[in-house]
Amino acid sequence: MSQAAVKKTRPKYLSLQALLFEIRLPVPGWVSILHRVSGALLFLAMVWLLWMLDRSLSSEEGFERVRHYAGLWPVKLSLLVLLWAYAHHFCAGIRYLFLDLDKGIDKATARLTSWIVLATSLALTAVLGWKLW
Amino acid sequence: MVNRVVTGAHYGLRDWLAQRVTAAIMAVYTVIALVVLLSGVPITYSVWHDLFSQGWMRVATLLFAASLAWHAWVGVRDILMDYVKPDGLRLALQVAVLLVIAAYFGWAIEILWG
Repeated sequence: MSQAAVKKTRPKYLSLQALLFEIRLPVPGWVSILHRVSGALLFLAMVWLLWMLDRSLSSEEGFERVRHYAGLWPVKLSLLVLLWAYAHHFCAGIRYLFLDLDKGIDKATARLTSWIVLATSLALTAVLGWKLW
Repeated sequence: MVNRVVTGAHYGLRDWLAQRVTAAIMAVYTVIALVVLLSGVPITYSVWHDLFSQGWMRVATLLFAASLAWHAWVGVRDILMDYVKPDGLRLALQVAVLLVIAAYFGWAIEILWG
C-alpha cells in the first residue's frame, strides 16, 4: 500500500478550511480565541496608548490635544475596541484562573461561565465607555 | 522527554505561573485605577498630572508596566510558537518582540519619571 493511501484513512487535521467552514466552535472556544485576539490587539496597540499617555502628561496643551483627539469618532471607535479587548481579556483571564483551580470545568458550567464572560465584557465596555466620555 | 526547541518555552512552571501572577497584579491595578478615574472628580490636566506625580501611583504603574511586559512576552511567544513554524523566522520575531517590549518598558519609565 502506498503511503498516500495510508494517510487518507487518518483523521482530519485542523486545516484552515476546516477551521473556517466545517468546525463550529463551542462558546468556550470563542472565549479562548477572543482571549488570544484581544491580547494580540492590546500588544499591537501599546505603542499608540503609550504615546497618548506621554502626550497627555507632557503639558496642559498636550493634554487638551489628546482629549480632542480621543473625541474624534475613528479614534473613539478604536479606543472602544481596545476597551472591549481589555475587558474581555480581564474577564476571560479571571475565568481561566478558576479553571486552573479546577473550578467550573464540567461542560455545563464551562459554557455558562463563557456566556457570562462574553456578556460581562460587552457590558463593561458599554458602561465604561459611557462613563469615561 | 520534551523535545527541546531553542525558540520554545522553558518547559517548566515558571512562565505559566508568571503569566498568572502578573495577571493578578494587573487586575488589582486595574480596579484601583477605575476607582480613581470614576470617583466623580472631572479629569482635568492638573488632576491627571497630580495623580501621576504621586509616589504610590508611579510605583504602582511601574509594577503594572513590569507585569505587562512579562505577561505580554509569555503571551506573544505562545502565539508565535503556535503559528510561526520556521525556526529562523520565529527566532527573529521573538527577538523583535523582546526588543519592542524592552523599548515600551523604557518609555513607560521615562513617561513616569521624565
